[in-house]
Amino acid sequence: MLVVENLQVSYGAIRALHGISLRVDQGEVVTLIGCNGAGKTTTLRAISGIVRSSGGKVSFEGRDITRVKPHELVRLGIAHSPEGRGVFANMTVEENLSLGAFARNDHAEIAKDREKGLSLFPRLRERYKQFAGTLSGGEQQMLAMARALMARPRMLLLDEPSLGLAPQVVQTIFQIIREINAAGTTILLVEQNAHMALKVAHRAYVLEVGEIAMEGPAKELAESDEVRKAYLGVG
Amino acid sequence: MASLQDRAKLFPSSPVGAAWRLCWPILVALGLGVLMQLVVRPSIDAYSSTQILNIGIAIILAVSLTIVNGFTGQFSIGHAGFLAVGGYVAGSIAYYGSFALFGSGGAKLGLLSGLYGAPAGAPLLSTGDLLFFGSLLAGGLIAALLGVAVGLPSLRLKGDYLAIVTLGFGEIVRVLIQQTPQVLMSKEAIEESPAWKVPFSVGGSLGFGNVPKYTSHFWVYGAVVLTLIFAYRLKQSSTGRALLSIREDEIAAEAMGVRTTYYKVWGFVFAAFFAGIAGGLYAHTLGIALSPNDAGFQKSFDIIIMVVLGGLGSISGAAIAAAIVTYLPELLRTPATLEKFAIAGVPLLVVGLALYAMAGPARSDAEKKSGRDRRALPRFLIGLSVIIIGLSVLAFAARRFSINLGEYRLIIYALALIVMMITRPQGLLGVRELWDGALYRPIRDFFAPRVGLKGGA
Repeated sequence: MLVVENLQVSYGAIRALHGISLRVDQGEVVTLIGCNGAGKTTTLRAISGIVRSSGGKVSFEGRDITRVKPHELVRLGIAHSPEGRGVFANMTVEENLSLGAFARNDHAEIAKDREKGLSLFPRLRERYKQFAGTLSGGEQQMLAMARALMARPRMLLLDEPSLGLAPQVVQTIFQIIREINAAGTTILLVEQNAHMALKVAHRAYVLEVGEIAMEGPAKELAESDEVRKAYLGVG
Repeated sequence: MASLQDRAKLFPSSPVGAAWRLCWPILVALGLGVLMQLVVRPSIDAYSSTQILNIGIAIILAVSLTIVNGFTGQFSIGHAGFLAVGGYVAGSIAYYGSFALFGSGGAKLGLLSGLYGAPAGAPLLSTGDLLFFGSLLAGGLIAALLGVAVGLPSLRLKGDYLAIVTLGFGEIVRVLIQQTPQVLMSKEAIEESPAWKVPFSVGGSLGFGNVPKYTSHFWVYGAVVLTLIFAYRLKQSSTGRALLSIREDEIAAEAMGVRTTYYKVWGFVFAAFFAGIAGGLYAHTLGIALSPNDAGFQKSFDIIIMVVLGGLGSISGAAIAAAIVTYLPELLRTPATLEKFAIAGVPLLVVGLALYAMAGPARSDAEKKSGRDRRALPRFLIGLSVIIIGLSVLAFAARRFSINLGEYRLIIYALALIVMMITRPQGLLGVRELWDGALYRPIRDFFAPRVGLKGGA
């Protein structure tokens, strides 16, 4: 569904990505794990066009999207939930959700999707008229995900959904990621929390300083010695 | 609570509905304009009537800047540039247009024009008014075009950097106006001058005081109504949401499918258009001589102060702050006006205290549980008391020590701004609006736009 070939990104003279290749198939949850500065967020941003790539190719459903602008991407079926949530703090939950559907015009279907989103995240229904800035971190993450789903994407790019959240909340978030995937949305998940990410994902890529170091089914990676040592803190 | 999308579904757009949505703001504008001109203006003294006119123009300026600085979050400090462009374009068209049409540069007033009204027997609207109206629109449109030019750098720049660009824009406008040739005072002078040079003969640094004086309460308050309704509808529309989302988080907005570059430029265009209209109204005001300094950063800062004081992003806040900031220096001129306002505040305070005394203790337990903001009413009352006491002390001190307040008023004004920023940095209303209150809800649901603008796919 999404194919990334030899993707390269430079920030000035510094090369952040040295040619990354990865593949996400329809219906999968694929996770990209790695340390700080490994290039996870950069990869996601390069895919969604926020950062310009200096080489390589990204294609989605057979179509070249390397040079597609981020605001057009959502119309092609890819929604990006950015790192640090990026909720619109001085707007209500309701307004945040309607902005998620900004690229759409089918009002009846939007209303249905909003209903779906609110039943997926009941907390948001309680906070419906509140400013997003007054929500807790976990609620903001839920809002960011619900908002991304309002675009009715076929593919969801999730950047660090567990960032700065309590373990209990992280559990909930990952449970919902599983549900979103079960409902048919393909997910590319970037995470530092390798433990949780490998539990929900079907396949995984390990990123080290701008290069793919390992790849394979999530279960196998979770059991491999290197990953256990470096990312799971065991062994 | 129905969202905009739901309402759009409930009220499919019909030609009649669309026509009504287009017409009612114009009817309200005409209505308030006529009321201000034919009822309010004749019943107040000349001094107050000038103040009220200035407040109206300030409201248009502040609300227009709110679209850029408040909604879109792009900090522009060159707004006066648009004001000056609109003013000079409208002034030049009206002045030289009058020569072409009527043979002289004077105003041909109708009953609804002119600060002190037209001589008896004038028609309701004269041909001069049409020329005036056309010149206002032209001034607004030229300013809007410049809005595109200023908006384009904002695609690449943020924050301080953008502010410097807009500052530069204002200064360029100021210096260019300074270089213009002197005003042509007679028909003969106009005929002798090369034709291309005529519209640019607007007086340079000497100023342009010859603009025919059409501006009246009718025109100003008509424009105020249209500006307010435009800003309100913009904020509710999908275009407005796109602008707000850019202010909140540009990357997230982009990820939602908002074409941020496109909407940022539109923000500047909308703001510039209304600033241009305000400039045109200002140029045609009795007693005003347009000068290049009207494009300077001093003027821009006056407008920014209004927007920040009102609360960045609040239309009603900007309008209220515009009225206060325009009137405050005048209020501080003599102890008598201070006392008048202090006394006028007392009944308001009494009513407020009575309401609080009745409502406060009885509901306090339930309110504590429901987590409602119990401090809302008292905080307003505390503010009011402080203002009343402050005004009284000031008036008393001025009388007791025979201080000439007029000499110190600008210091007091600046102090008031400082105190305001320390005690309430988010401005009078923050990002909220007066009409966010529960009282307004039924009215809002009645008038709210049913279909949003959509563009930039």
